[in-house]
Amino acid sequence: MKVSMQINGQKMQVQAKPDSRLLDVLRDELGLKGTKEGCGEGECGACAVLVNGQVLNSCLLPLGQMDNADIVTIEGLPSDSPLVASFHACFAAQCGICTPGMMMAATALLSEYPQPTLEEIREGLSGNLCRCTGYGRIYEAVLQAATGVTHG
Amino acid sequence: MVEWVRPQRVGEAISLLSKMPLDHYQIISGGTDVMVTQRLSMHQKNRDWLDLSAIPDLKEIEVHDKGIRIGAGVTLSALRRHPQVQKFWPMLAASAAVTGAAPIQNRATLGGNLCNASPAADNAPVLLAYGASLEIAGQQGSRIMDYAAFHVAYRKTALAAAELLVAVHIPYPPDKSVSLYRKVGTRAAQAIAKVGVAACFQIDAAKTIVQARFGIASVAAIPCSLPTVSHYLQGKKIKQIDAAIVRKGITHDIAPVDDIRSSAEYRLETTSRLIWDAIQHVE
Ligand SMILES: Cc1cc2nc3c(=O)[nH]c(=O)nc-3n(C[C@H](O)[C@H](O)[C@H](O)COP(=O)(O)OP(=O)(O)OC[C@H]3O[C@@H](n4cnc5c(N)ncnc54)[C@H](O)[C@@H]3O)c2cc1C
Ligand code: FES
Ligand code: FES
Repeated sequence: MKVSMQINGQKMQVQAKPDSRLLDVLRDELGLKGTKEGCGEGECGACAVLVNGQVLNSCLLPLGQMDNADIVTIEGLPSDSPLVASFHACFAAQCGICTPGMMMAATALLSEYPQPTLEEIREGLSGNLCRCTGYGRIYEAVLQAATGVTHG
Repeated sequence: MVEWVRPQRVGEAISLLSKMPLDHYQIISGGTDVMVTQRLSMHQKNRDWLDLSAIPDLKEIEVHDKGIRIGAGVTLSALRRHPQVQKFWPMLAASAAVTGAAPIQNRATLGGNLCNASPAADNAPVLLAYGASLEIAGQQGSRIMDYAAFHVAYRKTALAAAELLVAVHIPYPPDKSVSLYRKVGTRAAQAIAKVGVAACFQIDAAKTIVQARFGIASVAAIPCSLPTVSHYLQGKKIKQIDAAIVRKGITHDIAPVDDIRSSAEYRLETTSRLIWDAIQHVE
């Protein structure tokens, strides 16, 4: 099956089995290895990408449903995104496996709630698991990206 | 070669289904259940796919003078954000909001949640308590059935071959009514419910219960209601309600199950407490 998508602003055509997962297409066909696989079952959010502005788990997306989709992966996040600086400043990554997914979920969250409360941040990132940080630093980083203010 | 078909209309999907033997197509909507199960059995099946996600009709929400019609393909995140759903059917906004986390809700559909027919489906109790009905399309046109009759056995629905769930209809709750939804799980986000309870009471000016309707998930092989308890509560004021009789009714109406998430005893105890708690809200 031939599918046309826009990935990180670039038009692309991919030829693959229609029930291939977007995750595998991104990593194996297009070499975009920033998107990670954790569970492969929709539980952990390591594979999160933006599809038409919404955060979705790419391990649950069949290529057959992606025709004409506008996809943004971590590689498409601008390097001057405030999240990049704030994750760094807040030490919000340790092993880093969850980080791309966290940043994509945070990007979707901040576009819906530019000034999120802690509760909204928790809810917005509740589909993303982190085994290392205990989440506090990640929430802090998102808050800092939103406000530009450094807390404690 | 696996085929992927993506019809634009319900009629087209039905005619595709009716031309092929049963189980030829794997039907997919949001894919949040199917993509997990098909991966677990990836090498066994090589079925063609019938993708419902490009049918605009299935994505519509229509509020009218009798209630609401929700297309089977409406996502849970669209439901929880819908102002009229929040206003008139708050339990549905609440159950959609606790079905998985954001990336799941952005994709998962109401129809998929019902057709997947898990006894733990989070939106099932609410639809039972609201007295919802289903619009089902087949070769002969469409039919309406009570949602309460939809789950016929463990993971088995009343859908016949070449039938699709098209929409969920919910009437407005009665004028004077109190409703309550609770999900008890191991953690807030993305946990499969141990017990989910929805209750809707119609009361009169003297706070007598005119009608009580319940829906419960995760306690039995299918989502179920509590007919014995509903019957007992009808016409009673809170002071006349005997906790022991309610509990006996619950034991009679549900056959709680033991499984990896919880024991039968825990489920019966939790359900009894949640129902008793809900009844207190009538005052
Ligand atoms: C990480 C994760 C967490 C989850 N958490 C929860 C949770 O907390 N609570 C909960 O209840 N569920 C949960 N789920 C399950 C799932 O997300 C829901 O059941 C969802 O609503 C399914 O909708 P879908 O559109 O994705 O279904 P799909 O996977 O597309 O389909 C599900 C089933 O229904 C059939 N089907 C779909 N639409 C129709 C139709 N219109 N007519 C006939 N058949 C149809 C399909 O053939 C398939 O058998 C979770 C899933 C994941 C992966
Ligand atoms: S790999 Fe997709 S959610 Fe875990
Ligand atoms: S930094 Fe290791 S999982 Fe989050």
